[in-house]
This record gives sequence, C-alpha cells and structure tokens, in this order.
Amino acid sequence: MLLQAQTMDFGAFAAIGAGLAAIGAGIGIGMIGGKALEAMARQPEHSGMIQTNMFIAAALVEGVALFGVVVALLK
Amino acid sequence: MRAVIRLIACVFVLGFFAIKSYSFVPNTEQANQKNETYDPVPNIMHHIADAHEWHLWGEEENSFSIPLPVILFTEGHLDVFLSSKFHHGHSTVTKGNRVYSIDSHGHIHEGSGLSVIDISITKNVAFMLISVLLLLLIFISIAKTYNKNKKAPTGFQAFLEPLILFVKDDIIKDNIGPKYEKYTPFLLTVFFFVLINNLMGMLPGSANVTGNIAVTFVLSVFTFIITTISGNKNYWGHIFKPPGVPLALMPIMVPIEIIGIFTKPFALMIRLFANITAGHIIILSLISLIFIAQSAMGNAGAWGVAPVSVLFVLFIYCIELLVAFLQAYIFTLLSAVFIGLAVAEDH
Repeated sequence: MLLQAQTMDFGAFAAIGAGLAAIGAGIGIGMIGGKALEAMARQPEHSGMIQTNMFIAAALVEGVALFGVVVALLK
Repeated sequence: MRAVIRLIACVFVLGFFAIKSYSFVPNTEQANQKNETYDPVPNIMHHIADAHEWHLWGEEENSFSIPLPVILFTEGHLDVFLSSKFHHGHSTVTKGNRVYSIDSHGHIHEGSGLSVIDISITKNVAFMLISVLLLLLIFISIAKTYNKNKKAPTGFQAFLEPLILFVKDDIIKDNIGPKYEKYTPFLLTVFFFVLINNLMGMLPGSANVTGNIAVTFVLSVFTFIITTISGNKNYWGHIFKPPGVPLALMPIMVPIEIIGIFTKPFALMIRLFANITAGHIIILSLISLIFIAQSAMGNAGAWGVAPVSVLFVLFIYCIELLVAFLQAYIFTLLSAVFIGLAVAEDH
C-alpha cells in the first residue's frame, strides 16, 4: 500500500490542501469581520480605528492561509 | 440615463482589460484531432513566470515577442546577446569557447558545465525599470510643484499628496514614534513601489513583478536589515531576556524569539508573493474556462461560457484592485511595526 502511495499523483492532495487552507482563511476572516461589525455597532464613533485594525488582522490571517496555498502550488 | 450609459461603457472597458492576453488561443485543429481537453496549466504558468523575452501576442509560429538582452557572466567573461538568438530553444549560442543553450524552463546552461551567473534583463527586470521610471517621473514632478507652488495642490498632486500624508501619518508616525523621519524615505518607497507594480501587473501584456518571490525576498531583506541595524538595547533585551518570563521557560522563549527575528520578514515575503500570484492565477484560470469549454463542447460552448467567465473575471479584477492597495498597505504597515519594535524606548 505504501508503494501504491509513492506512485500516486500528488496533485489531488495539493488541491485538497489548498482547499483546507481556504476554509481556514474563510473561518478566520469571517470571525474577524463579524467581531469588527459588532464592535462598530456598539461604538460607531470608533469605526475608523476598528476598520483599520480589522484589515490588519485579516491580512495576517490571510498570510497564514497563503502559506498553505504556496505549499500546494509547489506540487 | 446618462449615468447608465456611462456605467455600461465602463463595464465594456473593464471587460476589455479582463481579457488578459490574446495568446491564450490554442491550436484548435490539433486539439480536435487528439480529442483532448485544453490544458490551461502551461499557459497560466507562462503568464506568471519570468522569461528572457517579452511575449505580447500570438501562439508559437505567429507569436510576437520583444527579445530582451541576455547578460551572462561565465568564468570571468561577460557575454551579452539578444535572446532571439536562442530561437525559442532550438539553437545554441557560441561565444568564444562557451556554448550556451536554454531549456524549457528558461534556464541557461553552458555546454561544458561551467557555472553561469545569469544577470540578464528579463521581462520582470525590464518591467521593473519601466515602473521605476514612472515612479521617478511622478514623484519628482510632485516634489517640484510642492516646493514651487505654495497654494492648494491641483490635479495629479491633489490625488497623491493625501495618500503620501496618509502613509506618513497613519502608518509611519503612529507605529515608529518620535524617530520616524529617518525611516520615511524607505517606507514610502516600499509602499509606492509595491502599489505601482501591483497595479501595473494587472494590465494585459505586463509582467508579474511583485508576484515574483525574488522581488519580495529583496524587499523583505531590506526590512530585515533596517530592523536589525536600528535595533537598540531594548530590542535585543526583549529577544534574549524576555521580561516577565520565569527562568524555567527561558530555554523555550529565547529560541522562539530568535526564530521570530527571521520569520517576520519571511512572512512579509510570502504574504505579498502569494496574494499577487494567487490573484493572477485565479483570473487566468477563469479565462481559461472559455477555452476548456471550447475544447469540450465546441465553439457554441465557448460562446455560452464566455459571458459568465468574463463577468467572474470582472468581479475578481475588482477584488484584485482592493488586494493591490491592501497588500501595499500591509507590507508597509508591518515593516513600520517591526521598525517601531526595534527602536522602541523603555516604557
């Protein structure tokens, strides 16, 4: 069974890996966006600052997800 | 009514830009004979990779590309010639006793195995030189009118000056603190370099500069060098003696902090590269859908899929515009935060 795995085409696993990374990014950025909207609803006068920090956190989360995509691209 | 007409005109113009390059047209007779579906991967890779020539349109025999100079340094000899001499890999070039050949990936090898240092003007280098020229033109002219004209700015300056002030105040000054003026030139240059190259990479026939990992590697190395050189005693103290950490956890914390010195610029590099390259791959894949439909269902299928595909491409293009600005902002912001950490005073 190990020999069978060695001769398999790894492109499918790469696609699954990239999909899982996308799920991670979706959940992470969704949570960030949701919390940011809640905070903006509670204190509208601070929306500018909340929005800025939301973008920063979203970019960091997306950076981590893109690590996964890059590894998938390598295959 | 006029607004609707203008909107439709804008959609058509954007739709024109959405068709990235005419060189997507596959050799349909060959495909129909072999009865294989169109494989988009080589075309997509060709569009995001670097090359020794600037391919504009056409396919194989009737392709039009601008040959770029190949500059090679082998064992003390500098050889310069146009890449058209390779004839797309079919012939070798002989200079003195060195025989150069190019393989399918665009790497140049020497016949007797000598090590070749390839410092050619490739497509990315040529495009970077063009964008640098554009940056110099724009900013030198803005600086001149700023110095001369003490009244309110107009035109192009009115568009860029708020952006420059936004970067200076909200990104650089807020994150670095009192000593921010030393780092303003570097951070402003990084912001506008990344922004201009991200935006110009969206145009048809352009090169994928910020999606090239070597370019983002150099940018993050600059950030790394600047943070390391301007690190003060507080910075190194926090790394080798994290405050408030019990002695038992020190063997874990200190290696983590030391690795953290390198992972932060590494993440900067990967983030920019992956975002821009992934955006390009998505757009190219959606356009390739049309050709996959053509090879699977014939011309009728292609015409049917085309409107849907172009609409999706338009949508992704708008997202990519946002990503271009956002990635430039994030790169500059995180560089400013790292520099701020390095020069932070005791608090």
